[in-house]
Amino acid sequence: MSMGLFDRIFKQPRWGVHPDDNKRPAADVPLRMLPPPARVYMPLHQHVGGAARPVVLVGQKVLKGQLLAAAQGNISAPIHAPVSGVVSAIGEVTAPHASGLGFAAITVENDFAENWIETDPVTDPFSLAPEEIARRTGLAGVVGLGGAAFPAAVKFALGKRLAVTTLIVNGGECEPYLSSDDRIMRDHAAQVVDGARIVMHAIGAREALVGIEDNKPEAIAAMTIAAAQFPEVKIRPVPARYPMGSDKQLIQTLTGKEVPADARAAEVGVLVHNVSTCAAVHQAVRLGRPLVERIVTINGGAVAHPGNIFAPLGTLVDELLAFCGLTATPSRLILGGPMMGTPLLHGRIPLVKGASGILAFDAREARLPAAGPCIRCGSCTRACPMGLLPLEMAARIRAGDLDGAVEFMLTDCIACGCCAYVCPSHIPLVQFFSHAKGELAARERARLRTEAARRLAETRIARLEREAKEKAEVAARRKAERKAAKARAAAEQAQGETA
Amino acid sequence: MNQTGGMPVAAPHTTTINSAGRVMATVMAALAPATLFGFWLYGWPAVYLWLITVGFAMLGEAFCLRLMGRQAAPVLFDGSAILTGWLLAVSLPPWAPWWIGAFGGLFATVLGKQVFGGLGQNLFNPAMVARVALLISFPLQMTAWVAPLPLFSAGAPGLIAGLQITLKGVAPGFDAVASASLLGFAKTELSRGVDLLQPLLHAPAQAWYGSRAGSLGETAAWLIAGGGVAMMFLRIITWHIPLAMLAGIAVPAAILHAVDPARYLDAGTHLLSGGAMLGAFFIATDYVTSPNTQKGQLIFGAGCGLLTWVIRTWAGYPEGVAFAVLLMNSLTPIIDSYVRPRIYGRDRKGVALEPVK
Repeated sequence: MSMGLFDRIFKQPRWGVHPDDNKRPAADVPLRMLPPPARVYMPLHQHVGGAARPVVLVGQKVLKGQLLAAAQGNISAPIHAPVSGVVSAIGEVTAPHASGLGFAAITVENDFAENWIETDPVTDPFSLAPEEIARRTGLAGVVGLGGAAFPAAVKFALGKRLAVTTLIVNGGECEPYLSSDDRIMRDHAAQVVDGARIVMHAIGAREALVGIEDNKPEAIAAMTIAAAQFPEVKIRPVPARYPMGSDKQLIQTLTGKEVPADARAAEVGVLVHNVSTCAAVHQAVRLGRPLVERIVTINGGAVAHPGNIFAPLGTLVDELLAFCGLTATPSRLILGGPMMGTPLLHGRIPLVKGASGILAFDAREARLPAAGPCIRCGSCTRACPMGLLPLEMAARIRAGDLDGAVEFMLTDCIACGCCAYVCPSHIPLVQFFSHAKGELAARERARLRTEAARRLAETRIARLEREAKEKAEVAARRKAERKAAKARAAAEQAQGETA
Repeated sequence: MNQTGGMPVAAPHTTTINSAGRVMATVMAALAPATLFGFWLYGWPAVYLWLITVGFAMLGEAFCLRLMGRQAAPVLFDGSAILTGWLLAVSLPPWAPWWIGAFGGLFATVLGKQVFGGLGQNLFNPAMVARVALLISFPLQMTAWVAPLPLFSAGAPGLIAGLQITLKGVAPGFDAVASASLLGFAKTELSRGVDLLQPLLHAPAQAWYGSRAGSLGETAAWLIAGGGVAMMFLRIITWHIPLAMLAGIAVPAAILHAVDPARYLDAGTHLLSGGAMLGAFFIATDYVTSPNTQKGQLIFGAGCGLLTWVIRTWAGYPEGVAFAVLLMNSLTPIIDSYVRPRIYGRDRKGVALEPVK
């Protein structure tokens, strides 16, 4: 089970970086429960896809777990009340995004009664049809909890349709500082394994490979015990190397398969779900409980008592930080990990489903050296897990040559941040790529608009031509008819005269 | 909580402790033992020449930066101008007059680097551009080698005498032994029609540890190789360029030496002579002017080696490292555009792989 010396030396991936993981001591502190907050703010859009549609009114009393907003569209997820109480507002709150823009949320005043809705537990989920498991998971609002926040049920349907054989359970958690997945594997290994087996049933997979980075020996031990009686669930320690938790890299490490460019993992017979997502599926299907709480890592140099907190969704980041205590005003607040996380402008932002961690960096951690010129050292090309040439792409984007960057397959970039991390000149490479991808998307939208306008214009011209032609035809016909009528009248007259 | 200062910034929010300055400093540290050995071997004139070359390289950099209205200090601090001057200095004849170092230093940073746009923008290795310019302009001074005369040994010039040699040239009465470098000697003998089997017996004095006539970078071949290996362990450079370049020299040399030892020097002599070691570990490995994929680096290194050997063997100049590196520098953009790593999920041509269940 554990990796031998040979594997350690020779099976290390050639890609990626190895930043200080800074996971301990936070990872080792026992899980704490947040005292129920007085008010929670549930954003309608905390998943990939369409925003949920509110189904409650202001002033309405709601129970914990009650539906607040229903899924809307093919890819969407419903939102449920994280506490029991009264809906006090439906309006804007600050989004967990670098822009600090607002987005719609439902505010619930907590009555501290902890009154759950009546749940519909299932004793034997394996007797249910796979579609029924997907339906229940979808109704419970389960989305990818590793950060992607993709609706789980949509992924189940995809896996079922493409006949996936292998479920990959992602316990990589390669982002430094974060340990919420580590914690759930240590404390709730049985739930994770059960959830994984339910997902296997839902997608028709024959085996589940649980990839866990070898810097989490306690999680590996707990999961090994929990999976002992289920031979189809295999615990697979993987080398600790960022970005091991990225789907494509974990699939390659565990199965040797590569996901083709422009294809989905399911097309090579695998589907990836995060360990916390599996636990949420267990909660949703076995216990009938919708996703209203999660484990979140609170860490960083400005945090007095870092660790993992079990908190209702919709809790403000400020309240989570206050619970853990701050030693100084954070120099930077980050939602997620330091490699791919989103900077937050302030802490008046609600905890969302995909938030695995909140980092409050002190001045030392937040200090980034000024960017210098590229010395073409090639560190970025060696670090890129996708085999791209970040320096070449950045040089082209800098010169405004987006097509040149696309030729270097900019669109394959997964924005993992390895290149910017290793750059000795501290060039913000990811920022270049995000900017270019945004520009490309805008260009694509503009192209589609032009296309649509052109089609409309062409249709109009065709219609006008058709109408003119029809008019001419009608006119010609009328003329012919008049002519015929005249001729007939003349003939009749002539006949009359002769008669 | 207040605004968190200077936001928003893109991820990643953490970075390596490595920096361009640290890379330069490590390269200099790796070059230091060989340089100090050279100082000892050739005495005070070599020290003065080194100081002048490095000083003028920095001066040229500062001058250009000031012309552009930029702060010179932070850029000088990154160490790249010092390193350029340093690499040029160790490729010069140690007793060359001061203006060789001054002209070369200025040429390297002004015309070799800053006119292209500064650090990271130059197509050619600045130190080699300057060396070739010097070699073509001042062939006499650039091929005037002296036999080693170690510091503090009998007859070695002292502090003042050394300065006089650097500033005014070697006084006629001075007891210095003018000597040819081994490659130069071999070339002269061959051109006189004398085969190599005869003269190499009484060739210029040479010892395996480097006590021989030549530039600082030639005489301390083993120390230079040691510094290069240290850079590999510190992950400043990878093995691709040095190994490919040395193989590019050694393989054809070994083959033709086996065929006709009277006309072709052996591989060992080739590797330990001239700028082979300096070129392979410190010059060709320059990040800016070499390809940035490992496969490209193998091609580049092999090309540098092969061209060096070809120039040494058949061209007019006894030594060819600088020319070879410059020629390959000009191919770097082409190599980079043809040799790219395979992208995950795509084949070598960039076409998406077929899904395999």
